[in-house]
Amino acid sequence: MPRVLIVEDDPDVRKAVQLGLRHQGHDVFAAATGEEGLEQLHPFRPDVVVLDLMLPGMSGLDVCRRIRDRDQVPIIMVTAKGDDIDVVVGLEAGADDYVVKPVRARVLDARIRAVLRRQDASVSDAVRPRAESHGELVIDRAGLVVTNRGEPVALAPSELRLLLTLSASPGQVFSRQQLLEAVWEHSYYGDIRLVDACVKRLRGKLGELGGDPRYIRTVRGFGYRFGSP
Amino acid sequence: MASALSTGAVAFREARTGVLQQSQDSVIRQFRTNVDAVAADIPPAPSQAHLQKAVAQVLQANQSQGRRVLATYGSLRAYAPSADFDKLSPELRRSVDTKRAAVFQRVNADGHPYLIVGMPVTYNSGAGTESRLSGMVMYLVVPQNTEQAYVEAMVTAIEHATLVALGLAVVLALLAASGVLRPVRALRRATRRMAEGHLDVRLVVNGSDELADLSRSFNHTAAALELSVAELRRLEAQARRFVADVSHELRTPLAAMSAVTDVLDANTPHLNRDTGEALRLISEGTSRLSGLVNDLMEISRFDAGAAELSLDEIDLAEFVQHTLAARGWQGQVETHLPRPGVLRTRVDPRRLDVVMANLVGNALRHGAPPVRLTMGVRQERADVAWAVIEVTDNGPGIAKEAMPHIFERFYKASTTRTRSESSGLGLAITAENVHLHGGRISAANLPGGGAAFTVELPLHRDIAAADHDSTADAR
Repeated sequence: MPRVLIVEDDPDVRKAVQLGLRHQGHDVFAAATGEEGLEQLHPFRPDVVVLDLMLPGMSGLDVCRRIRDRDQVPIIMVTAKGDDIDVVVGLEAGADDYVVKPVRARVLDARIRAVLRRQDASVSDAVRPRAESHGELVIDRAGLVVTNRGEPVALAPSELRLLLTLSASPGQVFSRQQLLEAVWEHSYYGDIRLVDACVKRLRGKLGELGGDPRYIRTVRGFGYRFGSP
Repeated sequence: MASALSTGAVAFREARTGVLQQSQDSVIRQFRTNVDAVAADIPPAPSQAHLQKAVAQVLQANQSQGRRVLATYGSLRAYAPSADFDKLSPELRRSVDTKRAAVFQRVNADGHPYLIVGMPVTYNSGAGTESRLSGMVMYLVVPQNTEQAYVEAMVTAIEHATLVALGLAVVLALLAASGVLRPVRALRRATRRMAEGHLDVRLVVNGSDELADLSRSFNHTAAALELSVAELRRLEAQARRFVADVSHELRTPLAAMSAVTDVLDANTPHLNRDTGEALRLISEGTSRLSGLVNDLMEISRFDAGAAELSLDEIDLAEFVQHTLAARGWQGQVETHLPRPGVLRTRVDPRRLDVVMANLVGNALRHGAPPVRLTMGVRQERADVAWAVIEVTDNGPGIAKEAMPHIFERFYKASTTRTRSESSGLGLAITAENVHLHGGRISAANLPGGGAAFTVELPLHRDIAAADHDSTADAR
């Protein structure tokens, strides 16, 4: 039974989402503010966080960044705005997926299950050799640990999975659509923003923002490929 | 100017006629007196000597420079002081022979004007009876140099006066014209600038004539226009913000309702019929409302100019397959697509997905099978090509009166379409998305029945290679 932490300020929505997700078979804890959500992160130990972007006091973006600082729990962002810029900002803050309000409990459930499945899938890649080196970057597929210049890199589930997918076939070009399907399991065009935002985040964490990226390279007009320096 | 000239011309003609008439009249009068004086001494059948004497007599009475006198009677003729009478025209002679009155003619010989007067000598046979022609005629030739000089002097004077008047008139006309034309030109410039959208344009008002009045009313009009346009813009912005705010506010209750519709749907079968039906209606209404709110948000995003393209080069054929597959429509749509890799272009995949899903969805919902989707390239010029995507169905087509409005918001094409899950915004959003790509969309009815929607997207094939990948690098 997946454990879901909902952070939502509106009491009706909070109760309704709680009810809907419970009905789908989740163990749900609902927090009314970002602060409460952060407090409950350790006692409740959720498998996934469903985070409203617009919260009074501490904003959803801040909560997202604070969770990412110390935890790799998947985060699904719920945004009432749905403008490209809101979605991209949310994704760049570290969210693994996003849904636009209003959302049916069944859709939210599908997204939650997909996020969790991807985490499990990352672990099942463990049959590969323990660690591969790409320049200064070492990817331990079994332990799911990535180190850059000897320092461990804290990656969100989607970032890790993107890196694992790309680095599994160095030199191969992946279209955004392929990556979307492989990493997020979305089967239609519509969310390539996820790919771009995640690549940007990953590049930032590998210390190669600005200038010429060494690991994740853009293939103009098509997608991305992984290259060892 | 023209009136000054014509006035001058009329005055000149009057004066010239007056001068000539007067000299002519006095000449004729004097000649008549002289002829009458000599006529008394002339016998009924005068001899050459009689004629010569009469001529001398008349000439003496008409002592003046260049005058000549001639007398004729039958074949006899006498003259003084010279015989130079070639100026006598046959017409004049004939005229004098048949008339009792003086006849005159003005001739021009060697550049000199002459007045020739012919006077028949008559006998008065008694009171009450008509005078009788004697057969003798006297002629007088008078050079009119003086008169001509007079007329010429007059012409020169008039010419000078006219030239001065003309010059003065031209200067005045120019002054008046520039006084009129400058404000008119300014007015023309101002109206042109106003037409270009510069509503803050105003004219400088000089003086108090009609043009100043016109300038003042132009300024008033411009000010009023600027005010009402500003007011309209404010109202429009307000209306847009209202739509965005309302849609946004609707999301919160809808989010609560949407989250529990699945719970309702799951429990409907176990409830009694009325309650179940009520729950089903609420569930359906909620999902329709969600769709409407999403469409409204999308529209208000277009209105606010916040809709941005996130371009990516994709294979259109492959892309359409994805769109159909994602909605489970593969089996229901006949596709005629180019081979993969043939039709690649830069589009915003999310927006194009909305476009294709809407057109195919409409065809499936409102039209009848078979629904066809064809894709091709139309080469307009060597450097301009369009990807042409056509979605057709076999349904009743689009009503003629609905055709011009189908891309308008909330326009319901027919009564059969009002009862559908569409919000009435789908085609408006579709058109906005196509236009955002610089493309075109059109609708038509097929000759054999059914509707055809055509989307044309500019192909950026050559540019794509040179352009850098904005979606990946810009963020």
